[in-house]
Amino acid sequence: MSQALDMITRVRGVRGAMLVSAEDGIVVAEQLMEGIKGPAVAALAASLAGRLRRAMDAAGTGAAAFWHLQAEQGALLVVPGAGILVVAVAEPDVNIGLVRLELLRAVEAGL
Amino acid sequence: MSPQTRAVESWTLQPLTDFVREASARLVLVLTPSGQVLAQSGFSRAVDVMSAAALAAAIVASTSELARQLRQPPFAALSHQGPKTGFFLATFVTERGTLAVLAVYDLDVSSLGLVQLFYEQLAGDLKAASPKGAVPKQVLAADFERELTDSLNTLFGR
Repeated sequence: MSQALDMITRVRGVRGAMLVSAEDGIVVAEQLMEGIKGPAVAALAASLAGRLRRAMDAAGTGAAAFWHLQAEQGALLVVPGAGILVVAVAEPDVNIGLVRLELLRAVEAGL
Repeated sequence: MSPQTRAVESWTLQPLTDFVREASARLVLVLTPSGQVLAQSGFSRAVDVMSAAALAAAIVASTSELARQLRQPPFAALSHQGPKTGFFLATFVTERGTLAVLAVYDLDVSSLGLVQLFYEQLAGDLKAASPKGAVPKQVLAADFERELTDSLNTLFGR
């Protein structure tokens, strides 16, 4: 798990990465810079993931493979896995493609 | 304010209303460790409030005793999750004395993480709102039934 998080946080501009239990919204593992409220991000990201899943089911699009929320001062990037979410918190100018690749690798490697 | 959220002690109402909205909890009780209910949300029958309060108080008492026997400080929180519903029980200290919060949530609209997150806010808000220098009122056995009836009437808007 820590190796997967290492790979994600090595990307320049990534301020932290977490593995979150999708059902509970509880942090399973984390590597976060100071100032990021891990439990709050985990709980709210898991809640959002559940709502997005239902929205996508209703829209008939199938499950989300990746989501990216861009804000003025940063970005939240999430890849849902089997029962787990891999979450990255990043600077606004981070290389999104590279972070996405590492998040997907983490899920594919089964963490 | 949610029409289903009511308080015997008015300072508990706003923090509880906020918690119910933010955490999407289905049922919530704010009570003392002896089972006296200060506020409730989501309950429709007095008998359910009485049962839940008595059971929550019993759990607080038994886990506190377990912690004492293990020479540990009292447990801060207890969580139990079933296939569709979870419950969360935690205690904290205010100027009003120790209080307990029992929250029941449906897993399709909330989660343990959300409940824990907003419980911390609820505990902080209740600590800030609790009457300063208040001495918890002792309920005498002779007054118990009247006090209980008055509280239930308030909790159900009668």
